[in-house]
Amino acid sequence: MSTSLGGRVVGGTASYIDERTGAAKAMRYGLRKVFPDHWSFMLGEIAMYSLVILLLTGTFLTFWFVPSAAETVYTGSYGPLRGVEMSEAYRSTLDISYEIRGGLLLRQIHHWSALLFVASIAVHMFRVFFTGAFRKPREINWVIGLTLALLALIEGFAGYSLPDDLLSGTGLSFARGMILSIPIVGSYVSSFVFGGDYPGEALIPRLFIAHVLLIPALLVGLFVVHIMLVALHKHTQYPGPGRTEQNVVGYPLMPVYTAKAGGFFFIVFGVTVFLSTFAMINPIWAYGPYDPSPVTAGSQPDWYMGWLEGAIRLLPGWLEFQVFGWTFSFNIAIGGLVLPGLVTVAAFMYPFLEAWVTGDKREHHLLDRPRNAPTRTGLGAMAIAFYVLLWSGGGNDLIATHFRTSINDITNFLRIAVIVIPPIVYVVTKRICLGLQRRDRDLVLHGMESGRIVRLPHGEFIEVHEPLSPQDAWQLVQHDAHRPLPLPEGADGNGVRRPGTRAQRIRAKLSHFWFEDRVEPVSPAELAAAHAHGDHHAVTEEHTEMQKQLQTGRH
Amino acid sequence: MTALAARRRHPLALVLLIALGLLATGAAYSALAPKAASAATTSTQDIAAGKKLFLANCASCHGLNAQGAPADNRGNIAGPSLIGVGAASVDFQVGTGRMPMAEPGPQAPQAVVRFDDKETAQLAAYVASLAPGPQIPTAEEASGEGGDAAKGGEIFRVNCAMCHNYAGAGGALTRGKYAPALDNTSPKHIYEAMATGPQSMPVFNDKNITPENKKDVIAFIEASRELPHAGGSSLGNLGPVPEGLFTWIVGIGALIGCSVWLGSKAA
Amino acid sequence: MSQTQHGSTDGTLAQRPGLPEHAPQIEGTTAAPTLFENPGLPPHVHRLADTDPKAAKRAERQVAALFTLSILGTLVFLVSYFAVDPQTPVYIPLIGRTLLQNFLLGLGMGCGIFFIGIGAVHWAKTLMPDEEVVEERHYLRSTAADRDGAVQALQQGGEESGIGRRPLIKATAAGALGLFGLPFIVALRDLGPLPGDRLSRTMWKAGMRLVSDPEYGPIRAEDVTIGSVFHVMPEGIDKVHDKLEQKAKAAVLLMRLDPADIKSTKQKAWGYQGIVAYSKICTHVGCPVGLYEQQTHHLLCPCHQSTFDVTEDCKVIFGPAHRPLPQLPITVDTEGYLVASSPFHEAVGPSFPERGHR
Repeated sequence: MSTSLGGRVVGGTASYIDERTGAAKAMRYGLRKVFPDHWSFMLGEIAMYSLVILLLTGTFLTFWFVPSAAETVYTGSYGPLRGVEMSEAYRSTLDISYEIRGGLLLRQIHHWSALLFVASIAVHMFRVFFTGAFRKPREINWVIGLTLALLALIEGFAGYSLPDDLLSGTGLSFARGMILSIPIVGSYVSSFVFGGDYPGEALIPRLFIAHVLLIPALLVGLFVVHIMLVALHKHTQYPGPGRTEQNVVGYPLMPVYTAKAGGFFFIVFGVTVFLSTFAMINPIWAYGPYDPSPVTAGSQPDWYMGWLEGAIRLLPGWLEFQVFGWTFSFNIAIGGLVLPGLVTVAAFMYPFLEAWVTGDKREHHLLDRPRNAPTRTGLGAMAIAFYVLLWSGGGNDLIATHFRTSINDITNFLRIAVIVIPPIVYVVTKRICLGLQRRDRDLVLHGMESGRIVRLPHGEFIEVHEPLSPQDAWQLVQHDAHRPLPLPEGADGNGVRRPGTRAQRIRAKLSHFWFEDRVEPVSPAELAAAHAHGDHHAVTEEHTEMQKQLQTGRH
Repeated sequence: MTALAARRRHPLALVLLIALGLLATGAAYSALAPKAASAATTSTQDIAAGKKLFLANCASCHGLNAQGAPADNRGNIAGPSLIGVGAASVDFQVGTGRMPMAEPGPQAPQAVVRFDDKETAQLAAYVASLAPGPQIPTAEEASGEGGDAAKGGEIFRVNCAMCHNYAGAGGALTRGKYAPALDNTSPKHIYEAMATGPQSMPVFNDKNITPENKKDVIAFIEASRELPHAGGSSLGNLGPVPEGLFTWIVGIGALIGCSVWLGSKAA
Repeated sequence: MSQTQHGSTDGTLAQRPGLPEHAPQIEGTTAAPTLFENPGLPPHVHRLADTDPKAAKRAERQVAALFTLSILGTLVFLVSYFAVDPQTPVYIPLIGRTLLQNFLLGLGMGCGIFFIGIGAVHWAKTLMPDEEVVEERHYLRSTAADRDGAVQALQQGGEESGIGRRPLIKATAAGALGLFGLPFIVALRDLGPLPGDRLSRTMWKAGMRLVSDPEYGPIRAEDVTIGSVFHVMPEGIDKVHDKLEQKAKAAVLLMRLDPADIKSTKQKAWGYQGIVAYSKICTHVGCPVGLYEQQTHHLLCPCHQSTFDVTEDCKVIFGPAHRPLPQLPITVDTEGYLVASSPFHEAVGPSFPERGHR
C-alpha cells in the first residue's frame, strides 16, 4: 500500500465512494473483464467514438448557431455574400465559419464525423452480419443496432439541413415532394410538418429540436442498452484453438483494453480532425442561401441518402396514376417509402428467419467465418450490390460528366442493372465461398503445398505437403456442418393430416435453399483415411524432422 | 580624291542607298504609325481574309455562305447557320478552341486554339459582316473590376448554377452534353458566352442580364476563383459525392488501417 | 479445462471421445457440430520487448516521443489561435490555397489528439502483458428456481393487487390510462393549418407583369429573343410577407421559340408570338427546372433528370416525372410589357393526392 500523498488521496476517495455505493465489487469484476482481440471488433467502436465526437462538437456549435428562419442581411467578412438576404440560421453558420476562430474547424469535424459515423455503422453491421454475430442471444442487439442506424440517417439529414443553404434546402424541397406523395394524406402531413406552406418558418426550429434533443436522446439511450447487452453477453470471438462457446479468450480491460480502446478513441478523433484540416466539407458560403428559385447542378444529399436519391432517379414516371381523381405518385412513394420500408423489414427479420430455418436454439458466441455460411454471405453480398447500384444512381450526373457518357444511358443501364446484377452477385459470392471451403478441406486432408519438389527413391517426383499443426487444422474443421431439414410427413400413419405441416414444408424447402449446396468440413474418419494414404508415407517420416525444425520458427 | 569619294561611284552604291532608304522609311512607319484599333473597326481586308479562312476551315460544316447545313433525320445539325451570330460568337468559339470542331460528338469541347488572335479577328469580322449580331465586348465591359460580386452571385445562382454548378465546376446535360467548368475561362469569353449562348447554353442578352450585371457575374466568378478554400481541399467543388468517396476511401480506410495495426501482435 | 490449456503444435487433431465417426445432425435443426477436439491455446510467443531489455527501453522511448508529439500539437493549436490572423491565406501542395489559421488549428488539434492514441496503443502492444487470458462464460438462461420464483412473484403481486377480482377497477383503470395520453396527441393539431386549396393556387393573376428574377425588372416582348431564357417572378413578389413561400410556387421560365417549331396549338395560343411561359417547379418533387437546352428545346431538371420538351407543351420525355409542366398564359399589356393573361389553369409543382379534385 502506498503511503505517498497521491496514493492516500486516491485511496481515500475510492473508500469514500465505496462506502456510499458498494462500487468496489463491480470494479473488481469489471476491471479484469476479458475482451477478445481482432481488428474487426474495432469497427463498432469507430461508430461509438464518432457519436461522442458529434455530441462534443455539436454542443460547441449550439453556442453560436441560431435556429431561426427569420430574414436578415449579411454584413460579415465573406465578400461574395455581403448585402445578400438570408435566414438567421444561414447567417449564424457563416459566422461560425468565418468569424469564430476555430469555428470552421469545429463545424467540419462535426460534419466529417457524421459521415464517418454512418459509414462505420455500415461496416460494423457488415461484420456482424457476415460473421453471424446476430444469432442467439444477440438478436435484440441486432434490432437495436438497426434502429440506431436508421436514427443516424435521420439525424444526419436533419443536421445538414439546419444551415438552410441552397444545397440542403433543395434536399428539403425533395423531402417535401416525398411527403406529398404519401397516398391520401400527403398534403396534410406536409402542412403539419412545415407549419403551412413550403418552406415556411417552422421547419428550421423543429429540425433543430429533433437534431439536438430528440434524436440524440434516442441515440444515446439505445446505444447505452446496446453496449450494456454487449457487456452482459460478453463479446463474441472468432473460432480458434483454445476458444470455445463457454469462454472468452483475450486481454483484460485493465490495463490492455483501457490503453487500446481508450487509445482508439483518440485515434478516431485524431483522424477525424485531420480529415477536417485537409479537406473542405459542406462549403455553405459557396452554395449560397436557400431560395426556391435557384438550384445547383450536381444536387445530391450526403452519401448515406444516396441510395434513396438513386431510387428516385431510376423509378420511371408511368408509376404515377390517378384513380377517381386521387393521384397516387408511386414513382416517388416506392423510392421514398416502400423501398426503405422493405429493406428495413428484411434486415430486421433476417436473424429470426435464419433461426427458424436452421431450428438452432443454442447460444452462439463463436463467430462464423463468412465462407462457412455461403448462403448468408451470398445474400449479404447481394444486398450490398443492390445498395451500391442505387447509390451510383444517385450520382449519375457526376458519372456522366466525369466519364463523358450520357446520363440517359446511365439511367437506363442502372434501371436494368439494379434488378439483374444482384442475383448474379449472389451466385458468384456463394460459389466463391464454396470454393474456399473446398480449399480448406484440401488443406486439412493433404497439408499445405510447400513448393518443394522431392524425388523419391523409385524415381517419382512429388511436391512436399506440410501437414497443418493441430491449431491451424482446428481452425478449418471446428465449424458446424449444416444439412437441409428432411421434408415432413404430410400425414401420420392413419392418413390424418398433421397440423402445422404447411409451415414445416416451407421451412424444409427454405433449409434446402440455404444448405443444399454445401461443402462439409473434414470429419475424423476422412482425416484418418487421408493419413492412411500410402503415397506420402515415406515423405512423412523424413518430414516430421523438418516439421520439428520449422515449428520453432514458424510463429 | 578621298576614300569615300572613290567608293561613291561603286556600281552597288545605288542599290545600297535605296535599301537604306527603304529600311529607314519602314522603321519610321512602324514606330510612328497609329496602332490598329480594337475589333470594333475592321477593314474590308480583314473581312476578305476572314472569308478565305472561313471557306478553308468552316464551310464544310457551316455552308459556303455560312447558311448552315440542314438537319439530319434525327434533328441533329452538323453546323448551324452563322448569319446573325455576331463577332462575339466567333471570338468565343474560335478563341476557346471549340471551333473548328475536331471530331463529331454531342458538343464541341474546349480544345487547343487553332488560330492566332489576328486570324480569329478576321473570322469574326467576316461573320459579323453577314448580319448584325453581338459584338466583342470592350476590355472595360468584360472585366470584373468594379462589379458587385454579391449581386453577381445572386444572378449566377438563379441563371447559371443549375448547369455550371454553384462554383462553376460544370454539370451534366442530356444525351452526353455538358456545361463545362469555368475555372479556365477568361472574363472576355465568359461575357461572350453569356451574350451569344453557345451550343446548348441559352442567350442572355443585355435586356435579360444587363452589361452591369454581366460585370457583376464576372466579378463573382473571379472572386470564387481567387478566394482561398477556407476549410482545406475543395475536392473538386462537386458537393457531397466526392465528400462521401473521401469518407469511405480515406476516412474508413485509415481507420481500418489503424484497427489492423492495433490488433496485430508487436514484433 | 484441458481444452484451454496450451496445446502442443505436434501431432494431429484428436477426435472427441465417445462419438460416432460421422457428425450427426442435431434433431430438429440443420446443424451437425464438429467431432474434433479443441487442441487448446497455441504456445505463447514472446515479443522483443519481453525478452530484450534494450528493446523494451526503445519501445518506452517511442511511446514517450509519441506523447511528446501530442503535446507539441496542442501547443501549435494554442499559439495559432491567438497569434495567427484568421484571414491569412496559405498555399499547401495537394490542397491548394486555404486559410492558414484554420489549417494550423486543425493540424495542431489533430496531432494533439491523434498521437495520444498512437502512443497508448503502441504502449499496450509493446510493453503491456500480452499473455492471453481466459474468462468463463455463463449461460444467460436463469436457473429454473429463479424463473419459477419470478413467475411466482408476478402472480402473487397480481393477486395481491386484486385486479382480477375487481372488474370495475380494471375497466376504469384501462379507460383512464388509455385516454390520458390523448390530449398530447390532440395538442399537435395546430402544428400546421389544413392545406386547403393553397397548393393549387399561386400568386399569378390576370394582368400581373412578369419581372426578372432576381432583379425584378419588367420585360418587354421584343427583349425575349429566340434562344433566350428569362427566369421570372410575378410583379410585387418582393413586397409580400411570405416571399419564399410564394416564390416556391410562382417561379416561371420564359422562352421564345420560332412559332413554326411549336407543335401544340394550345401552347401557341397561351403564348405570345412564340414566347411561352412555363412553371419552373418540377412536377416530380419540386426542384426548379432551370436547365434550358437552347438547341434541342429541352428543359432538364438537375435533381433527378426529368426532361421536358418545350416544343410539345413541356411533356415529359425522360426521367421520373409524370406530368408536363403547367403553362402560364401570357400576353402583353398596353405598354408592351409581358403580363399573365390568367392564373395557372392547374396546380403547379409536385403531385399531391387531391390534385385531381381541385
